[in-house]
Formats: sequence, C-alpha cells, structure tokens
Amino acid sequence: MTYVPIGHEGSDYAPPAENQEPELYHPKTFIGKYIWSQDAKIIAIQYSVTAIGIGMVALVMSWLMRLQLGFPNTFSFIDPSSYLQMVSMHGMIMVIYLLTALFLGGFGNYLIPLMVGARDMVFPYVNMLSYWIYLLAVLLLLASFFVPGGPTGAGWTLYPPQAILQGTPGAGWGIILMLVSLAFFIIGFTMGGLNYVVTVLQARTRGMTLMRLPLTIWGIFVATILALLAFPALFVSAIMMTLDLTLGTSFFMPGIISQGKQLGYGGGSPVLFQHLFWFFGHPEVYIVALPAFGIVSELISVNARKNIFGYRMMVWAILAIGGLSFIVWAHHMYVSGMNPYFGFFFATTTLIIAIPTALKVYNWVLTLWRGNIRLNVPMLFAIGFIFTFIHGGLTGIFLGNVAVDLALSDTMFVVAHFHMVMAIAPVLVVMGAIYHWYPKMTGRMMNDTLGKIHFWITFLGSYAIYLPMHYLGFLGVPRRYFAMGSTYFVPESAQSLNAAITIAALIVGFAQFFFLYNLVWSYFKGKPSGDNPWEATTLEWQTADTPPKHGNFGAELPVVYRWAYDYSVPGAAQDFIPQNQPPSPSTGGAQDIRP
Amino acid sequence: MTTSLVALAVVMAVVIGWLVRQTIGTMPWVEQRPVANDTSGAGLALPSIKIGLGVFMTVATSLFALSISAYLMRREGADWRPLAQPMVLWLNTAMLVLGSVFFQWANNAARSGNAGGLKNGLLAGGACTFAFLAGQLLAWQQLGDAGYYVQSNPANAFFYFLTALHGLHLLGGLWVWGTTIVRVQRGSAVRDVRMSVELCTAYWHFLLVIWLILFGLLLFT
Repeated sequence: MTYVPIGHEGSDYAPPAENQEPELYHPKTFIGKYIWSQDAKIIAIQYSVTAIGIGMVALVMSWLMRLQLGFPNTFSFIDPSSYLQMVSMHGMIMVIYLLTALFLGGFGNYLIPLMVGARDMVFPYVNMLSYWIYLLAVLLLLASFFVPGGPTGAGWTLYPPQAILQGTPGAGWGIILMLVSLAFFIIGFTMGGLNYVVTVLQARTRGMTLMRLPLTIWGIFVATILALLAFPALFVSAIMMTLDLTLGTSFFMPGIISQGKQLGYGGGSPVLFQHLFWFFGHPEVYIVALPAFGIVSELISVNARKNIFGYRMMVWAILAIGGLSFIVWAHHMYVSGMNPYFGFFFATTTLIIAIPTALKVYNWVLTLWRGNIRLNVPMLFAIGFIFTFIHGGLTGIFLGNVAVDLALSDTMFVVAHFHMVMAIAPVLVVMGAIYHWYPKMTGRMMNDTLGKIHFWITFLGSYAIYLPMHYLGFLGVPRRYFAMGSTYFVPESAQSLNAAITIAALIVGFAQFFFLYNLVWSYFKGKPSGDNPWEATTLEWQTADTPPKHGNFGAELPVVYRWAYDYSVPGAAQDFIPQNQPPSPSTGGAQDIRP
Repeated sequence: MTTSLVALAVVMAVVIGWLVRQTIGTMPWVEQRPVANDTSGAGLALPSIKIGLGVFMTVATSLFALSISAYLMRREGADWRPLAQPMVLWLNTAMLVLGSVFFQWANNAARSGNAGGLKNGLLAGGACTFAFLAGQLLAWQQLGDAGYYVQSNPANAFFYFLTALHGLHLLGGLWVWGTTIVRVQRGSAVRDVRMSVELCTAYWHFLLVIWLILFGLLLFT
C-alpha cells in the first residue's frame, strides 16, 4: 500500500456551527454552586465523596469480620448477630452504594460531559435530584445502624424467608430500612441513568461519532443501560418483600412455623425472590465491571503510548457482554433446587460470556506489547487489574460449571472468587482512575512515592488475602460463619491461615490511609499539573482551564477530528494527537494518510 | 421469567442492533468524514427530552415485565385463587381509553396551533384520568368489601400491587399534566407547551397499553 498525505485546513473540514448552543444554568450563590449544584462535575464529586465515605464504613466492618475469623473468642464486642450484620452491610454497601454509585454517579458524571465534548448533562436538574435521592438512600442505610435490633443480618442477598423472620438480626426495622433505602437508590439512579444515556446519545460535540468515543464512555454507557434495565428487578423484589413484611402478603413467604408459632404466611416462593434478585444481581456484576473495563483501556493506552488494540472489537465485546449478562443469572442458583436442565443452559451461557471477556484481556495485553510503557501509578493499577481480573475470571469458570459449583457453593472459595473479580479488580481501577483524573479535578498531581507504596501494599496484600482463601474453600470452610466449631474435615492449620489472612487484610486496610492522606495532601501541596500531564488525546485534557469551569470548554465547544487513540502515530511531531486537533500535513496522523 | 426475558431480549436486540449498525463498517482510525455544521450533528434527529422519555418508558417496561413475570411464576402455586373482577374495571378501562383519545386530540390541536382545542383536550384527558384513578380506588374498595384482602391470597396481593404500580406511574404523568395545564391557563403560547403535550400523549398511550396488558392478564388468568 502507498500512503498519500492529504493536506487540508481545519476550516474547510469543519464549517462554523450554525445552531445555537442551549442556555446553561448559572448558579448565583455559593450554595447554588457547591451544594444544590447542577454542574455535573460538582455532582460527580458529591457522589464520589459520599460513596467513598460509606465505603470506609464497609471497610471497617470487613476488618472487624476478619478479626473475628482470624482470632475467634478474642473480641467480646463481636457476637454472632453483629457478625452477620457486618457481613450483610459490608456486601450491600460495597456492591451498590460504593461501586455502582462511584463508577456511574462519580466517574459517569465527571467524565461523560467532558469526554464527549458537552457543556453539561442534558437534564442538569434531574441530575442534581439524582444525587440528593442517593444521599437520602445512604442516610436511610446508615440510620439502620441506630434502630432497635440494628441493621439487617440476612446477607447481602436478603433471601426470604429468613430475611424477615424473627431470629434474624435486624428482622424488624433493619430490613425495612434496607429495602426502602434500596428503593430510593434505584429511583435516584434511574434519574442519573437517564442523563448518562441521553447525554451520550445527544450531546456529543461535532465530529464525535459513536466510534470516536473513548472506551471509558462506552463502558459507562452500556453499564448504564444494563443498570436501567436490571435495577427494576431489585425494585420489584424490594417492594414485594416490604409488603410481605408489613401487610402480611405471601409473595415470597412459604407456610412457616417460627419459634413454635404458625405464621400467617403460606404458599409463597423463596425461589421467585432468588430469580428476581439475581436477574438484577448478575447484570450488576457487569454494571461494575464494564466501566472498569473502559477506564482500564484508557489508562493502558495512554501509558503504553499506543492505540488500544482492536478498538472495534473492544466496543463489540462490551456490547456482547452487556447482552449476555442478562441470560446467566441462574448460575447463582445452582443449589436452589431448580430444574437441572436450567443448570445446563446457564452453565453454557456463563462459559460463552468468557469469550468476549477474554478477548478484552488479550487486547489489553496486546496493547502493552512493545508499547513505550510509562510505569506511573495509574498504569501500575491498570496492570494490577489485569492480574486480579484474570485470576477472578478463571475461578469464575470453575464456579460456572454446575458439578464444581455444587461442591464449592457457599465456601470461602466463592468469597475469594468474587472478591478477586469484582472487588479487588474494580477497586484497583477506581484507584488508578483517581490517580489519573485527580490532576484534572484539582489542577495538582498526586504524590508519586505515596502512590507507589499504596499500590504495592494493596496489590500484593490482596493476593495475600485471597489466594489462601481459595484453599480454605477447597477444605470446605463455609462462608458467613461466625465461628467454625470443630469439624473433622477442616484441619487445625486452617485457623493459622485465617489468622494470616486477617493480618494481611489489616495491613491492606491501613495502606488505604496512604491514599486518603495523599488525596488531602496533594490538594494543597501537590505539584501543579498543567492541563494535560499524561499527554493524553481525549477531550477532557484539552479544556481551557484546569480544573474545568462550569460549561467545561470555554467560549467554544471543541470539534473532534479523530478517534481517541492517536498515540505514537508515525510521522507526527508528538507521540499523541489530541482528538480536537485539525488534520494538517504538519501534524501527520492516521487521518491524513489513505491507501 | 420468560416474559421478562422476551421483553428484555427485544429491548436489548433493539439497543445492540442499533449500536452495531452505527458502528459496523466504520474504521475510526482512518475515517475521514467532514464535520457537520450543526451543534447537534452527532446526536439523533429527535429532541433530547423525547429520547429521555423513551428511555424512561423502557425502564418502566422492564419494571412491568418483571412484575408480570413474578405474577406468572407465583400463579403456579397451589394456593392461587383467582379474584372476582369488579365490573367497574371495565368502566375504568373505557375512561383510560378516552383519556388517551383526548390527549391525542389535544396533541393534534397543538400541532395545528389551535389553543382552544388544546386546552379542552388536556382538561378532558386529565378528567378521564382522575376518573380512572377514582374508579381503581372504588374497585379496591369493592374487593375489600367482598373479602378479597391483600394478605388473604397471592392473586389479591398481585392485583393490588400491579394496580398501585400502574396508578403511581399515572400520578407521575398527572404531575407533568398539572404543570402543563397551569401554563396553558396562564396563557402560554401553543408552541411553548407543544412539547409537554406531545410527551404527555406518548406517556398516556404507553400507560394505556400497559393497563390493557395488565387487565387482559387479570381477565384471562
């Protein structure tokens, strides 16, 4: 092939805009600007701070649980009830109130308008309401710690009948507050989700075709679609369970004798709840994973100074994973007593989903291959993600098979699997993303040394926690147990392993204070970052101000001339070409050469 | 779960099909397409608010499909006793159909700039909707009087649950209707309220279809 450079001026390429831009909302007071804000960037920070705050509560609960498991009979303030309550609240907070809210409410709000070249979300008022309803949901959840009986101890899956029976911790107020809080979360999320989807569809700047979107936006966009379709399942089941509890209906409650007394329930189906719950619960895994996939693609491409390998395949893999995620839910229910043929079907779909997922992993690795790799902190976290995600994904293939799952169900192996794949992996991406976009949010770099200490303790420590946990699962150590008692199949040495895991967990937990300290310290003392410290191509790095002002892009919206991954283009003056740089012979670039 | 799967399969097929059609055959790394000159060039040809309503109706579709799935699965239980159908439900259905017709009328009037027709259509549509909701409450009362309590049978519980869910969606619509009618009363120009009327009309048709499905389900099961 021969390449012929085509020269042209930006002005013939993009004629002046004809349509007027829509009016922006202009806050007049401090409260209007920072509290009741309709600016997506402020809302993003509100979401992130709230999510990380409640996440810290869940982190502390995980330490307490580990203290009990590692050193039983030592801590008198942890009793079986409070242990179960911590198990439940830790899971629910981490999955929904931290990860979902942070990826979609936090990163979604910050990055979507900036990366697609919009002034703001399309419905800013609804966007503001979304945050305040989310905050209300968080406060209701927190309130459940202070009501009689405490928060629910039913496990994060809230399975009936035990979730609402006397004897389960928090069966009165705790579970009601949990269900109401979830309902509010879903209403708030739907308001935000409408914004994310419609903004990506409608508010892209001139030249930003769908296929020029950064993969971060693709991940957040498809995850939002999944969430909008899947959260109603949780909503329906939460409302129905509330009715079972308050009005005595029997949607999910079978005829049951509790504490020697026949209850008024009869005929309800606990498995129906499981179907509804996991119809939400499995897409939820990808609601958390897809934004992580997108962000990690960004971090790897930027720091390998190479275009992402197989951009189109990456987009279609996101779509395929999104579609498939709706037909695998019952692999969480192999032991629920459903029809065995279902197991066959769901095992098959579960293994099929490994194909697009593996494709993405190969593409990340191939992007790294022969790249001009910059091993800075975000890149370390991105590469760490590839490791933990592969490990968690492989154990997922074990558990996706019915025969293997029957033996391993409800053991520590499951705990190790899902923490690797959807706790550690996405959290590493969250950390990497914060190190990456912090300079844009504040105008200052985060401290590199502290970041590296934070990364290595977190990454190696996670392995110290979860690798031995797989082995405990093989031994048959069950999850959610307050204490083991004596069993013939679990050797004494398992206890020493548990103690070691606890020590590792405490170290990893405390390492997060390096991160929090770094966040605060860098805000005041960090090195000024300039507009584009990572030399990245996407639009958020091309703003007139850092941090960007309300309206994002100064007087004129950028015009996009190229895709998001023009790194190390042969013949170009720099090793990156911003998306809004007009094509011209002097800069070179993929746009200017044609076969 | 078959119902939900079919409903969501259709939704996902449309979404993914559309996205793949947008993305197939493009090579973003060599693509060379002149940039259009209108600011909305990259978006769809519809106003954002309409897409927003469409997305919301899709979410509501998912919500009702899942509820119907739960209904059909729970119905297989041995304790399911179908409940009586109060005659008032037929009247309510007629009211909701009329409401939809009046909204369509208001919409047509708005399109042709007829302020009087717009106002009358909106008022009549709203009145029919309130009549529907009152009728639903009456149906609840009649069922309660006849001993069909919410906790006495899952069929009753589902009836109350589904009608309440549908009614709450209508109340949400009535909120927008209320703000629109206030603007019309204060003498807003037809072109300023046209979009609100159009959105209301689409939403009312949607909730009518949902009601017909729910009502059919109650009649035939």
